[in-house]
Amino acid sequence: MFDYSKYLRMDKLPHIWCYGCGNGIILKGAVRAIDKMGWDKDSVMAVSGIGCSSRATGYVDFNSLHTLHGRAIPYATGIKMSRPDLNVIVFTGDGDATAIGGNHFIHAARRNIDLTVVLFNNNIYGMTGGQYSPTTPQGYFASTAPYGHIDPSFDIVQLAMGSGATFVARSTVANPREMEKFIHEGLKNKGFSLIEVVSNCHERFGKRNKMKSPYEMIEWIRSRAVSKVKAETMEPEELEGKIITGIFRQETRPEYVEAYDSFVMQKAGGGN
Amino acid sequence: MGEIKFLQGNEACALGAVRAGLRFFGGYPITPSSEIAEQCARLLPRVGGRFIQMEDEIASIASIIGGSLAGTKSMTATSGPGFSLMQEALGYGIMAEVPFVVVNVMRGGPSTGHPTGPSQGDIMQARWGTHGDHPVIALYPESVPETYYEIIRAFNLAERFRQPVVFLMDEILGKMNESVEIRDDIEIIPRRKIEGDPSRYAPYAMKEDIPQTANYGEGLRFHVTGLFHDETGFPDVSGDNIQRSIDRMFRKIEEHEDVIGKWEETGTVDPDILLVSVGTQARSAKMACKELNREGISAGVFRPVTVWPFPEKRLAELSRKAKKVLIIEMNKGQLADECRKFIDGDKIIALNQLNSEMISPREIISTAKGVL
Ligand SMILES: Cc1ncc(C[n+]2csc(CCOP(=O)(O)OP(=O)(O)O)c2C)c(N)n1
Ligand code: SF4
Ligand SMILES: [Mg+2]
Repeated sequence: MFDYSKYLRMDKLPHIWCYGCGNGIILKGAVRAIDKMGWDKDSVMAVSGIGCSSRATGYVDFNSLHTLHGRAIPYATGIKMSRPDLNVIVFTGDGDATAIGGNHFIHAARRNIDLTVVLFNNNIYGMTGGQYSPTTPQGYFASTAPYGHIDPSFDIVQLAMGSGATFVARSTVANPREMEKFIHEGLKNKGFSLIEVVSNCHERFGKRNKMKSPYEMIEWIRSRAVSKVKAETMEPEELEGKIITGIFRQETRPEYVEAYDSFVMQKAGGGN
Repeated sequence: MGEIKFLQGNEACALGAVRAGLRFFGGYPITPSSEIAEQCARLLPRVGGRFIQMEDEIASIASIIGGSLAGTKSMTATSGPGFSLMQEALGYGIMAEVPFVVVNVMRGGPSTGHPTGPSQGDIMQARWGTHGDHPVIALYPESVPETYYEIIRAFNLAERFRQPVVFLMDEILGKMNESVEIRDDIEIIPRRKIEGDPSRYAPYAMKEDIPQTANYGEGLRFHVTGLFHDETGFPDVSGDNIQRSIDRMFRKIEEHEDVIGKWEETGTVDPDILLVSVGTQARSAKMACKELNREGISAGVFRPVTVWPFPEKRLAELSRKAKKVLIIEMNKGQLADECRKFIDGDKIIALNQLNSEMISPREIISTAKGVL
């Protein structure tokens, strides 16, 4: 049995998340992946924005920082520039990272700064009551889409890839083992890593879309998940509405702070 | 005597900051502040510090809050439009009590306004720009040498009170060149190292109303949030705690005005007409005062260097004895309005100008003579 109490602030439990929320599954996966890294807890820095998902930082027994809506990544960037030796993990939501914080997300990926971003994608603004997010699927309902949602969605994996992230993966809360493995791979990458985890918000998304229970929602996620390998054999029409999972990129490129130190600092004649 | 350097205001700001211990700058270019970023890009990697040009001003201030919490003295620099974008995170810094410095080289606003024109239009934004009730420290020097020394004081105050400090400059000050004597004997307050029992460490335990917060990654794991929190750093939004926290944050600044407050008084002691002015505009007021004194008119200048908290007590005292208080500003009368809170309204004369030019000594003299 994995001993979660080694990494969780047990005195902060029970958490504020709704019963059956996918956030707990993701948090457990992240903690297990961090455990595999064998890091000293003092060297781990967890940073989050604002949202249900971003409350994760309150429960982990690391250095932890709960920032502003959308701004976890630039706070984390400053921490990394200040203390490159810290292992910086960002917990963020679909709204936090791709709406209000979208600009920061793409620029951090472009720089390839060594952050591991675990993005809880529940396709909705959970915390504020179920308004649509940049990943709410078309045709579904949200509190601000009472007649059905018309906006096209972001493909977060494509967004990260186009921006230059060096590790990009997607999994779901319906497949915790895979998710944990991807987060672990992301943590190992020296550079910007994005792990999107498709999650359930039955309370604020499900209820408006005929999926009241966590079970129904997780089934809905499971039924649409298709591995990248399988997806390659499928026609575009068949992939409509599917969640393609897998590791989409895993490559090496100079990490930002290392490049700064080895190039800029050297040229400037500074350094330690 | 120290070395004499001929510096631009923005350059003096960057050099002073590095002298004060600045080792991380995150910023976004904007006229008339960009030289500060450029100088930091040049200087910081020479001393083992780091510079980053972020994607916008929101990211810039966010990055320096992170940098500071991780133990590095941090700063950003901007002007009006960027300062507006930074307001939310400035409030975060006040709430989470993070030491850092935000430089705002004021230009004409609102909006894109007049990028290359001077202004003092952000005096009130510096005070109340971020939402909610909060205390603020804002400094505003008048010259290039004063910029060098005041930016060092800004860092010292930030460290001592665990409070972001707004450093106001204006386009004239940022772009002008003057000689600065770089003294050796400058007090620098280093970042505190906090020791404690990791199992019981409370990052917001107070000593004289100032939190004893450690740096991340030094063995005391703790939590920081922008929500109201208790001394453990975790959210507590009970009414009692909110009231207590805001009162304490105000007390932290107000009860240390002897250290934070700073102003200059020149001209006649207890004058009939008191000229009040800040920043470069105050230099014009001082010239006017000299001329008035030469003509035998009882005139003096009161120049706040610490603009917030406003040196209200001293100014109220001087104003009681004065017949008129002439408040001279390159804005619509932001400080004049503040002064109406504690100076008899009949005494106040506001001299304001918004044509991108400093109010000249001649105009000040004629206004002063006209009201006496
Ligand atoms: C500047 C700002 N705008 C809006 C909000 C309100 N707000 C809080 S959380 C949130 C959305 C969160 O959605 P997401 O990031 O997807 O997180 P989730 O709650 O779904 O996990 C919004 C709009 C805020 N806190 N700050
Ligand atoms: S509102 Fe949704 S995302 Fe938030 S805790 Fe409840 S189920 Fe989870
Ligand atoms: Mg969400």
